[in-house]
Amino acid sequence: MSDATRRSLADTLELDKRLFGMIIAFAVLCLVFQFQTGGTFLSARNIFNISVQTVSVGIMATGMVFVIVSRNIDLSVGSVLATCSALMGMLQTQWLVPVTGLGTGTTLVVSILLGLGVGTAMGAATGWMVGYQRIPSFIVTLGGLLIWRNVAWYTTNGQSVALRDPRLLAFGGTEGVMGPEWSWVLGGLATLAAAAAVIAARRGKMRHGFLVKPVWAEGLLVAMIAGGILGFVALVNSYEIPVGKLKRMFEAQGMDVPEGYVAYHGLPISVLILVAVAVAMTVIARKTRLGRYIYAIGGNPDAAELSGINTRMMTVKIFALMGFLCGLAALVAQARLQSHGNDIGTLDELKVIAAAVIGGTALAGGVGTIYGALLGALVMQSLQSGMAMIGVDTPFQNIVVGGVLIIAVWIDIFYRKRMGERT
Amino acid sequence: MTPLLEMRDISISFGGIKAVDHVTIDLRPGEVVGLLGHNGAGKSTLIKCLSGAYQADQGQILIEGRPVTIQNPRDARAFNIETIYQTLALSDNLDASANLFLGREMLTPLGFMDDARMEAETRRIMGRLNPNFRKFNVPVSALSGGQRQSVAIARAVYFNAKILIMDEPTAALGPHETQMVAELIQELKAQGLGIILIEHDIHNVMKLCDRASVMKNGQLVGTVKVDEVTDEEILAMIILGKKPVRA
Repeated sequence: MSDATRRSLADTLELDKRLFGMIIAFAVLCLVFQFQTGGTFLSARNIFNISVQTVSVGIMATGMVFVIVSRNIDLSVGSVLATCSALMGMLQTQWLVPVTGLGTGTTLVVSILLGLGVGTAMGAATGWMVGYQRIPSFIVTLGGLLIWRNVAWYTTNGQSVALRDPRLLAFGGTEGVMGPEWSWVLGGLATLAAAAAVIAARRGKMRHGFLVKPVWAEGLLVAMIAGGILGFVALVNSYEIPVGKLKRMFEAQGMDVPEGYVAYHGLPISVLILVAVAVAMTVIARKTRLGRYIYAIGGNPDAAELSGINTRMMTVKIFALMGFLCGLAALVAQARLQSHGNDIGTLDELKVIAAAVIGGTALAGGVGTIYGALLGALVMQSLQSGMAMIGVDTPFQNIVVGGVLIIAVWIDIFYRKRMGERT
Repeated sequence: MTPLLEMRDISISFGGIKAVDHVTIDLRPGEVVGLLGHNGAGKSTLIKCLSGAYQADQGQILIEGRPVTIQNPRDARAFNIETIYQTLALSDNLDASANLFLGREMLTPLGFMDDARMEAETRRIMGRLNPNFRKFNVPVSALSGGQRQSVAIARAVYFNAKILIMDEPTAALGPHETQMVAELIQELKAQGLGIILIEHDIHNVMKLCDRASVMKNGQLVGTVKVDEVTDEEILAMIILGKKPVRA
């Protein structure tokens, strides 16, 4: 191909065209809901809520990308989440109370660490059965779906566990926000970090004399990232804390709300956790051997084995990571709901798999991105939330979500065929 | 002179069928040994014992006179044994450089992958092996048969192999690319590598190999020096399992 060939904007920016298409589809979806709801869908409050509701599924979807890319599947994530949540709930409210006290920091930290640890161990056990015992992951995790769901049930005797520790609830969303000032600081730092990463990558390429994008293209890319980050910060910073809640917050300190006082939410801590997970998982995928091997196994498991990769151990690591993320998602989910309920995480496996698949992860393995899965999770949550807002009945909501999943994959297959890729 | 490699009395069976039955071969530095036989004669199985994909049930592998155990492909690589598989063993979704360094990635001081350096090295070696190669940033699934072959060859020769196993390296190639592989084999030979070449084309065998070991039904028919026999005699070994009688 000669350089004289006119290149499209997406080409020059070296943007993933698939991502580009998804963002446009998502934008159209948002505009339709915005119009249908008479302007409330894209309000600060609703965007805040949707992002908070996406976190739990989003965290697990990043792990599901690795699982599916390595030609496996995990149907047990919702149940693993439930078991981790049940364990953390019981530890906080009953089992640890005689040892470390009710509502103490030690109780909270120990229960969170145990929850994450047990989630990791559950995942590792799954990975061992898949990798070393060669039981298909579909079967192991289908069994796990049933087993862990009912281990969770047994753990709490089927009862809900109310959670009151404000430090726990801070992981959930509305109860844990950074406030406008810190949100601006974090948004600014994130923008600088993104710009630094772009510059570092450019320098690395130039040092070896590779072709780089024109400076204006890099600049536009950074501007788009900055606009996204700072726009989101501005939006959540404009979301007022409701008067009733302000009153409770001040009463807790033994004070009255001053006349004319307003406060704003800012970035939810749970969203920051999701961002941190997404960045870490993207770095793992692109910059570490672990990530490279996951994709290599997905592309050709035999070749990976012949290249000296210990594919069995890799399977254990992939599922252990998935289990850890289920534990983290359990923490966020129970904090948002302010309780552990017996049905926590029900059908999450479907949402998580759908998010990864809508986001371009191919079930044949070898292909998939973290940001795609996050966008997939956001699309799913927005669809559900938007339909609920315009008053679509629950059965129809689920029918539409199911249909969208199938159509998204259908479009993807069509697209890949045209691009001459394997599906 | 001690051989670079000896495989002594190797046997391996799968479910009661002897795929390799008491086979002994050896290889000297700077030598090309052809491994010949019909499909199913046991050639690929034998070399997979050497590359670590299979483990022999019986027998011994010696490298430079020392007995070694090769339990997996990592062990084989540690003994500087490199293999170009017939299937090429490439991960189709990764680019040339990721495939070349698969399992042996270059890392930055912080432990992250140094993609820029790996790509630069890939460009360097590909510039030598296949100067027309340009597709560095696309998955290898987008490459032609010859281009894929050159990636697989680059991977085998980049890491200072002492013993190179080539399983039908020219099967999928056109005449021009076959010639390139032949020249490469001569060059590597001159550098003192020992090469085991699995090859079906008898003309290539006569042209490239110093000795030929012929297998039939899992057993070794015999090993001959290529310049002491005719191609008909080698074909007779392959087809009839008959060793030429010499005075």
